Amino acid sequence: MRRRCWRAKTWPGSTWVISGMSIIPARYADSFSELRDRYRALGDRPGAIGLWALIIALFVWAAVFQTQLFVVGIIVGSILALGAMGLTLVYGILKFGNFAHGDTMMLGSYIAYILLTGTVVGRQANIDTDIGISLEQFPGATTGIGDLSFGYGLLIAIALAGLAMALISIALDRVVYRRLRQRKSGIVIFAIASLGIAFSTRALMLIIWGPDPRRYVSGIHYAKHYPFDVVLKTDQIFIFFVAFGLAVALYVLLFHMKLGKAMRAMADNADLALVSGINTDRIIVWTWAIGGALMAVAGALLAVQASLKPDLGFGLILPLFAAAILGGLGKPHGAFIGAMVVGVTQEVSIEFISAGYKPAVAFMILVLILLLRPRGLFGSTN
Amino acid sequence: MSALLEADGIVSGYGEVEILHGVSISVAAGEMIAVIGPNGAGKSTLLKAVFGLIPCAAGTVRFDGIDITNQSPDRIVAQGMSYVPQTENVFPSLSINENLEMGGFIRRERLQERLEHVYGIFPDLAHRRGDSGGKLSGGQRQMLALARALMLEPRLLMLDEPSASLSPKMVESLFQKIDEINRAGTAVLLVEQNAKEALSLSDRAYVLATGENRLDGDAKTMLESEDVARLYLGD
Repeated sequence: MRRRCWRAKTWPGSTWVISGMSIIPARYADSFSELRDRYRALGDRPGAIGLWALIIALFVWAAVFQTQLFVVGIIVGSILALGAMGLTLVYGILKFGNFAHGDTMMLGSYIAYILLTGTVVGRQANIDTDIGISLEQFPGATTGIGDLSFGYGLLIAIALAGLAMALISIALDRVVYRRLRQRKSGIVIFAIASLGIAFSTRALMLIIWGPDPRRYVSGIHYAKHYPFDVVLKTDQIFIFFVAFGLAVALYVLLFHMKLGKAMRAMADNADLALVSGINTDRIIVWTWAIGGALMAVAGALLAVQASLKPDLGFGLILPLFAAAILGGLGKPHGAFIGAMVVGVTQEVSIEFISAGYKPAVAFMILVLILLLRPRGLFGSTN
Repeated sequence: MSALLEADGIVSGYGEVEILHGVSISVAAGEMIAVIGPNGAGKSTLLKAVFGLIPCAAGTVRFDGIDITNQSPDRIVAQGMSYVPQTENVFPSLSINENLEMGGFIRRERLQERLEHVYGIFPDLAHRRGDSGGKLSGGQRQMLALARALMLEPRLLMLDEPSASLSPKMVESLFQKIDEINRAGTAVLLVEQNAKEALSLSDRAYVLATGENRLDGDAKTMLESEDVARLYLGD
């Protein structure tokens, strides 16, 4: 009963409630409807407060009692954050969920891989082919910087992969999404088109690099011990700072630079942006460029933390969307926090359930947000 | 005097539906023109067609002698013409200051000076620069929308029913602002339901009905004309 009424708040089909009310004794009906009206007047504020309370409770509890998993969760969250910020940025401007985001993230990491190692899959099983040129050939390119497992070769490879993914994203927009925009296609068509890109991208990665996992750096790298029994590889600390730095850079772009403000304006109201004289086509190109670069860095950092595998990207879709929706679709700073929540929850969950259920954890978070507050932490109502 | 804006025989509409069947208007520099008419006459459609938001199937739009028919809005803005839509005319999640910056987006020079000039016209907005556009009341929103449109110092300002859904008191102060802007030299093309107020401010007026020109002439004469009063002013 309560549940039906709760849904009626967001649904126009309030006849449900009226028909359902007959099961309440008449003398309670008045006070019940009064309660219901009061609850409705609160809007979704209780949901928001509940959500924030849950998040803060989770973080405090995890940080105190599961410090190691909490820290790893923040690292995983950093990687998700880069992906989710790109995803939410594209959603804000183009208003569709890009299901290819996880796979194109992976493509970014493979581009960094081929630039670094020059390796593709061979004609025979288990024997790779070398294309002849790679960043590894530069002297000292693979010598670890400080305690990091990788050298400057990978840093250059990631930067170049970012550039490449920016260009590939712009090209994909030209070939696929721009045509759909010109036809004024609905968002479902856009989403399905992105799914097609997701499948094609994955198939392409399988063809070029094969199904087996790969790594940027071979060999064993030991983790270091930190206070509170935290064990971390220096690579992981690097991941956090890169993600955090890029999140700050994105914030500066969106709130203090002309281009970023125009992006926010277009996310608010694309028609008004156009009549203000903003060249919205150019904003779309920039959005893909920034989203694409973030994708590549996110994918490469994921490969540093885990490994490269063509089908790794598709499994990211759920946590990425969970993070973006939790933060409020179209809000990059929300996506950052959302990603941290998803990362920490996923990691902490392995204390209680098998690690194989990690995707289910992201799914649970998604369900919970959609029930409590569909517009997320920072989302707007319009 | 050669016209600043000259729309001639505009045929336009939405998709297959033709709303305007050959409407012509002209606005001279510094003039205030009202376009009035009953609901569904095509007043708002006319503004959208002139501004390139919907395609013109026939007819020409000239601004300052240059053909701008079916050009994209962002290029038309650059010519010196601004447009304020009837609804959703502010960026709700941007601050007031950012809303104005977006209004002045395409010109880099003297941004601060232009901002201060616009704040001078709308002192109420100057006090709340950091507030987001979505927090404003209906009247303040219209003021912000006007202010945004003035950021490029346009020669022609096109307003689509600025008084819609405002309280009478708000309408009065809004029209005062529009008059003030016009007196400072900006030509105004005003589409209004509120015909009497619009006519009393304007130099000339056009009456549209069912997508065609019905009447045009001196606004004051029209205001006194019994025919216009009977047919379009609801008396």
